Amino acid sequence: MTSAVEFASVTRHFGPVRAVDGVDLTIAEGSFFAMLGPSGSGKTTCLRLISGFEKPSSGTIRIFGQDVGQTPPNRRNVNTVFQDYALFPHMNVRDNVAYGLMVKGVDRRIRADRAEDMLALVKLDGYGDRKPAQLSGGQRQRVALARALVNEPRVLLLDEPLGALDLKLREAMQDELKALQARLGITFVFVTHDQGEALSMADSLAVFNEGRIAQIGTPAEVYARPRTRFVADFVGSSNVLSPEVTRAFGGPPAWSSLRPEALRLVAPEAGLAGTVTSIRYLGAASRISIATHGTEVAAILPAGQPLPAAGAEVGLAFDPAALHVMEGP
Amino acid sequence: MTPAPAILPERGLGDRLTALFWRHPRLLLGLLLTPPLLWLGVVYLGSLFALLLQSFYSIDEFSGLVVPEFTLKTYAELFRAQNLDIIIRTLTMSAAVTLACAVIAFPIAYFAARYAKGRWKAVFYLGVMLPLWSSYLVKVYAWKLILAKEGIVTWAADGLGLSMVLNAVLALPVIGGNSLSTSLLGTFIVFVYVWLPYMILPMQAALERVPTSMIEASADLGASRAQTFRTVILPLAMPGVIAGSIFTFSLTMGDYIIPQIVGTSARFIGLAVYQLQGTAGNIPLAAAFAVVPILIMLVYLWVARRKGAFDAL
Repeated sequence: MTSAVEFASVTRHFGPVRAVDGVDLTIAEGSFFAMLGPSGSGKTTCLRLISGFEKPSSGTIRIFGQDVGQTPPNRRNVNTVFQDYALFPHMNVRDNVAYGLMVKGVDRRIRADRAEDMLALVKLDGYGDRKPAQLSGGQRQRVALARALVNEPRVLLLDEPLGALDLKLREAMQDELKALQARLGITFVFVTHDQGEALSMADSLAVFNEGRIAQIGTPAEVYARPRTRFVADFVGSSNVLSPEVTRAFGGPPAWSSLRPEALRLVAPEAGLAGTVTSIRYLGAASRISIATHGTEVAAILPAGQPLPAAGAEVGLAFDPAALHVMEGP
Repeated sequence: MTPAPAILPERGLGDRLTALFWRHPRLLLGLLLTPPLLWLGVVYLGSLFALLLQSFYSIDEFSGLVVPEFTLKTYAELFRAQNLDIIIRTLTMSAAVTLACAVIAFPIAYFAARYAKGRWKAVFYLGVMLPLWSSYLVKVYAWKLILAKEGIVTWAADGLGLSMVLNAVLALPVIGGNSLSTSLLGTFIVFVYVWLPYMILPMQAALERVPTSMIEASADLGASRAQTFRTVILPLAMPGVIAGSIFTFSLTMGDYIIPQIVGTSARFIGLAVYQLQGTAGNIPLAAAFAVVPILIMLVYLWVARRKGAFDAL
């Protein structure tokens, strides 16, 4: 399988700040790839390095095997869905979508037809004559998507594509993006700080921290076997246990992670004893904080189970295989 | 401890006024708008109307007195060859000055809007506005010296071995002359210098509102720099360009000092108005002349609107 995008020890400095610091990365063709990380972790800079709005301070970037070090953005066969959508306010929706064809000199009638096709693809048929200002946030996002796809790019870049949408719309768009990617078969690379979004949409993902990649893998791998404390904490707010606590939990003296949903509550004498400090009701589940062995761990209990009272003495039980010992710091 | 009351005590006049304005929101608006509306409505539009009225009177050719009767005779006089000449010359000069200001201002405004940050932004504003702080007359006289036959331009051209070029330019018909300070080209240069800030500032404000992501989106979709400029930056900056051009255009059309100090004896509308109402005492014709720039500006704005210059507003 060819790689759509390849980073070889890519670094990008802004003055003294290393926004991207020695990143090696391979994105497989046709995959739905997520770059996940907190703000300032370098994920957006990586995306901009692919589109060409940033130049690497050192290192090589290849798109489908071709070095793009000397290629300006307009000659890269990749297109971007911008975080603020960046629709042209003085053009109607059709002209916005057809813009990529217009600058290529495609005949007006052909490009109007192609724009209509793209609008149909994102379920906005008949909106061609409206101005972007007359659309809702979700509709604008679809226009931005149609505009980026009209050029038939080999890689589609999405910068926090769902960040500005409300929860309901975001979930609907997640499904739609996923379906669209499967249908078009082109490589999608999207940047997000929302781990739920990354886990549910991506085929594989890279977790960024301070300009470096902390871990690359499938969502299941990254979730179940975080390599570092940062990944364990960022992806799914795991219980991160220090070497001493890990030992008390029956593991080796090393940093480990234990997913909150892996913990069960039993009678105090039947497991590790602890005290309930707080209970948070989440709807489908409840999150219980328990003080034990000088630390505080969280357990997620599905709805319907009897809940302990705050201050109650409880016992903690878990499958020993769920205790994941981390290799990194 | 007694609980705090639900309604806090009134603290004096300020609170009483606040309450009054809160109960009658339109009262504050009315108070704020009345003085400027009086000024605009009575002093400003009133005098404009008086001017318009004057232009429909005529002058008695024997007594030299204004005849306060409605007539279009004065407007017909505008179409006399010598008067038409003045109008066309003024219009051409205003258009040329506006165009030159736009071309020179754009890179400056673009730099300030896109790249200048913090201290450099302050340097930009200072640099653009500094010339506006000194007297207009001083600047114009300074330019007369710069452009004079014995001035720095001639001296520099000599030093660089470019006097041939300078002489060739001055030998051009209409815009040329004895020296730059006594040619229409000189008038043009001074006009461009004096009105340039009025073009830069609105342009910069308009360019500042164009998000970087929009320029990036254009490049991302395959547009070259020139295409991005033509199809995204210029249309979005157009309202600013038009605002700036209104300044440069109307200021050039109304000015009567620069052509007197730098240039030929050829007259411009402003100078004609000045002479007609002063020495000649022909107020109606002066008023008719003064109406011309207003009409031209209205036509200009109408055309700009038709061409979609305000679509991005």
